Amino acid sequence: MDSETIARTVSRITDEIISRNRDSGELVVVGIRTRGIYLAQRLAEQVRHITGIKPPLGTLDISLYRDDLQIKREWPELKKTDIPFTIDQKTVILVDDVIFTGRTSRAAIEAIMDFGRPHSIQLAVLVDRGHRELPIQPDYVGNKINTKKDEKVKVLLDETDGKDQVIINRE
Amino acid sequence: MVFHRKHILGLEELTAEEINTVLDTAASMKEVSERDVKKVPALKGLTVVNLFFEPSTRTRSSFEIAEKRLSADVLNFTPDQSSVVKGETLLDTARNLEAMGAGIIVIRHSMSGAPWLLARELRSSIINAGDGSHEHPSQALLDLFTIRQIRGDIRGLRVLIVGDIRHSRVARSNIWGFLKLGAEIRVAGPPTLIPKEIEDLDVKVYYKLEEALKGVDVVIMLRIQKERQESMFFPSLREYSKLHGLSHEKLRQANDKVIVMHPGPINRGVELSSEVADDVNSVILDQVANGIAVRMAMLYLVASGGRSV
Repeated sequence: MDSETIARTVSRITDEIISRNRDSGELVVVGIRTRGIYLAQRLAEQVRHITGIKPPLGTLDISLYRDDLQIKREWPELKKTDIPFTIDQKTVILVDDVIFTGRTSRAAIEAIMDFGRPHSIQLAVLVDRGHRELPIQPDYVGNKINTKKDEKVKVLLDETDGKDQVIINRE
Repeated sequence: MVFHRKHILGLEELTAEEINTVLDTAASMKEVSERDVKKVPALKGLTVVNLFFEPSTRTRSSFEIAEKRLSADVLNFTPDQSSVVKGETLLDTARNLEAMGAGIIVIRHSMSGAPWLLARELRSSIINAGDGSHEHPSQALLDLFTIRQIRGDIRGLRVLIVGDIRHSRVARSNIWGFLKLGAEIRVAGPPTLIPKEIEDLDVKVYYKLEEALKGVDVVIMLRIQKERQESMFFPSLREYSKLHGLSHEKLRQANDKVIVMHPGPINRGVELSSEVADDVNSVILDQVANGIAVRMAMLYLVASGGRSV
């Protein structure tokens, strides 16, 4: 995926989010660190562009909710979570760059529930690379890519990497 | 992550980078305390023992809240109700607690070096919650954290520590911490309470508080530790208060936005006049709140660092 495809994909996901949630409560958008944050910003901006209302934007670090802390040798560096608005009765759009095993999404859902009781949580990802280990499926998928389990999928974004691109490393 | 330590024993042995990792992690932890539901599952299944051989309300409660916010199982071990009075040694007590599955032991002991002894002999992670007159890392880290939150950076600040430098583990840990992060350190107090060796560190010594206060950004007032004054180091509390206690009038010598800190508990009218203690400049209650976030960071980091060694 190049930068044009990524931009088109974000627009398409935004359209899907808006049409699916016409009748549900207010939207809030929460990006999962690190690259989910920038995708969330782009989504929120697109929503504002179309509906005229910019949804509240939050940032989530899932380190404290990981299920592998008891077995992992290197723990992730803890960064800030910032959800400065209530999520009660809101429709929370969780945004991540890649969905793989589903464990990050599981952790993110648990974290969101600690902040209140949302009307619903929906998951948007740029890339679904398969190999789920939990019964979790995204509601909005930019691109489904068939990968081998040991391959690495890397999403580069202008905000952190200087360019928009999706790379698959076959090792 | 730049933190690979299994224990946090003192600031003398931490690098500036490691100290900054604790402070950065604490900044992220602070958000947990601001939520309605102040609990995250990070240390689920880990047992933490608070082994306090000296009385403490603030530090022990603060550690306990930090442990519970991270979902650890907490055991408070109070020696006066236990086999310690029957003559069990420190090491035997600690080994027993370890055998019960303690992953982290938070220890306070009147003997300097006690946490190092446990770190050497046990497999558990050890956090020093104050050893004798030696170190009190969690207090120094929360002082650094509080100042960094207010001023943005520690580098270049003029920091004055006032009072019983000789017996103060808070002073020792703070001196190491502030020097490593690039602050200028002054100490002031009666000559009997300032050890000669302090001059070997990069520290300026003052015996007159008014002089020491000139141009400082941060004042850390130490508590007069009546329990450690086996012989009197100054004639009377009244004289101490007059010469070395902080009043509004003396504080005018310092910079406009001076931050006044105290590790607590305050002897009102001795180290601090009541009006200074209650003043807007004082961040003493912020220190207490920040203490929880800093201790959560310490627990998280040793739990994590213990795995990579």
